[in-house]
Amino acid sequence: MNVLDTLTGKAKSRVWLTAALLLLGLVLLPFLVEASLGKSWVRIIDLALLYIMLALGLNIVVGYAGLLDLGYVAFYAVGAYCWALLASPQFGLNLPFWIILPAGAAIAALFGVLLGTPTLRLRGDYLAIVTLGFGEIIRIFINNLNAPINITNGPQGITLIEPMSIFGFSLGKTQDVLGLTLSSPHLYYYLFLLCVALVVFVCVRLENSRIGRAWVAIREDEMAAAAAGINTRNIKLLAFAMGATFGGLSGGLFASFQGFVSPESFNLMESIMILSMIVLGGMGNIPGVILGAILVTVIPEALRYTGDLQRVLFGQVYIDPADLRMLLFGIALVMMMLFRPAGLLPSKQRKREFAEDAA
Amino acid sequence: MDIFAQQLINGLVLGSVYALVALGYTLVYGILELINFAHGETTMMGSMIALAVIGALFGVAPDLPGIVIVLTGLLVAIPACMLLGYSIERVAYRPLRHAPRLAPLITAIGISIVLQNVAMLIWGKQYIAFPTTLLPQGRHEILGASITDVQIAILVLTVAIMAGLVILVNRTRLGRAMRATAQAPAVAQLMGVNVNAVISATFIIGSALAAIAGVMVSANYGQAHYYMGFLLGLKAFSAAVLGGIGNLAGAMLGGLLLGVIEALGAGYIGDLTGGFLGSHYQDIFAFMVLILVLTLKPSGLLGSKSVERA
Repeated sequence: MNVLDTLTGKAKSRVWLTAALLLLGLVLLPFLVEASLGKSWVRIIDLALLYIMLALGLNIVVGYAGLLDLGYVAFYAVGAYCWALLASPQFGLNLPFWIILPAGAAIAALFGVLLGTPTLRLRGDYLAIVTLGFGEIIRIFINNLNAPINITNGPQGITLIEPMSIFGFSLGKTQDVLGLTLSSPHLYYYLFLLCVALVVFVCVRLENSRIGRAWVAIREDEMAAAAAGINTRNIKLLAFAMGATFGGLSGGLFASFQGFVSPESFNLMESIMILSMIVLGGMGNIPGVILGAILVTVIPEALRYTGDLQRVLFGQVYIDPADLRMLLFGIALVMMMLFRPAGLLPSKQRKREFAEDAA
Repeated sequence: MDIFAQQLINGLVLGSVYALVALGYTLVYGILELINFAHGETTMMGSMIALAVIGALFGVAPDLPGIVIVLTGLLVAIPACMLLGYSIERVAYRPLRHAPRLAPLITAIGISIVLQNVAMLIWGKQYIAFPTTLLPQGRHEILGASITDVQIAILVLTVAIMAGLVILVNRTRLGRAMRATAQAPAVAQLMGVNVNAVISATFIIGSALAAIAGVMVSANYGQAHYYMGFLLGLKAFSAAVLGGIGNLAGAMLGGLLLGVIEALGAGYIGDLTGGFLGSHYQDIFAFMVLILVLTLKPSGLLGSKSVERA
């Protein structure tokens, strides 16, 4: 609020006007998208919102605390499977969301600490490989825990997962709200939008808190941070736990939204995609991360049209658009690091650092 | 058939491949303190290129002796991978040598994805069969276990290559330059060592080893796949860490040891856990070893340099 206090009355109302327009735009977005691009795009923006949450969660670990985590998708998987197991015919359970979501987040946080504890002493690249290994271990277990006791249903995954239901109001089917008929993707859109707003709020508050500053201090120079009285062990563990919590939450929402989970959805490429959102957008900068998440989710969908383009140009599809996607990601990651290492929307601090490094 | 002896032999063969790939990681790490994340993909490319050449040659001249065809494939794959390793260093690592540590790691991930997808676009998503009929088919019995000619060849070749590498590093001018650069790049440069050339040479040597390992692994399992480099690279990296990264003998020991741990682990995990976990958990051993070593003894079995803290 102190920023607003310094503005004059006119400027103040302009800020509020912008905010109101933005809000209106966000509320109307699914309708605009459906009208212009088609129904399937509403699901895509839902997924984009989920990825924003994931990317913001990973941003805490990578962007703020500077701990490169390549196994982040493991927490997403834990949250998703938590929902899948507690609200599906797999065990015949159907617990309400206000039990499952916190439980999923808590278990994911526990896994975060579990991963963080043995890796506290490791430096950047080692940490990356260990976290990658951790992610793979979780995936291998999910993939194989169908025998002798069937827990995760193995590679087939879990189907018929109950959708989110808020006190009897199910988001899984078309509902009439205030005279409007809203389909399930629309309903999820508003839920996810709310969740993203919440996550952004938490991130902004964290960034400017003692903890946020401690994370940045550790990222910059761990020894100096320790000398300045920061309990580096606890603060690093907290970063892991926080990031994992967001991962677990998003995972639960994903399971309820998708109605189906399988180990396929939680492979290393997913972790790398989330990481590339942060890298492309701007590490440690919330608007940057959001931009990155949107671009990385939407561009591949747009690339699907290159299949049609190829058919028009050459009469046949030479490169499957789905394959092209990963190739372009690889190239984009390399190019970004070489030519714009701080990302599209870098945080002020990062920009300065890279400028110093170049000098 | 004795299961223990059999798994020991399988483990040693697998471990030889890990060791050769691990040497590539360790050589580069020793000099640049950088994990060449794309090294597994170099191995995969070696394997795929060799297979492509072998397949083409077999189609054109099926009368040639099998061993000549396979060796030709290998001899094409080695320089191809050398060129690839050199290019990776020039494109993805050299421009970022003084950038923050995360930067080269992310370019390395990017390069891995690019190589994987290029391989997939060229050779497709399916497994490519190694025409194993080209190779000698002999089987021998030792201590109640069987070992094939190919496996014997892998073991002998690995020992020979390791011996050659030790001589290269310890006895030649290039080796001395490499050791000097590893100790202190700036001082080495002042002494007239062309540090950039040494770094390129290191990548080239490591990539040649990767190409050989790639051909070995596809000959042993009879197949290759565009995704094979990922897991192979990770395991080889774990092997390098187990032995003590930056240490040549460590990479060799770590590779062999990891191969044996994996083979024995896969053979006995069912009995150990009362049937709860089966041999399809084979792949987690490497990660377990990696996490345990990094937690308990980050410098590895033979490493003198401790893993630097952040």
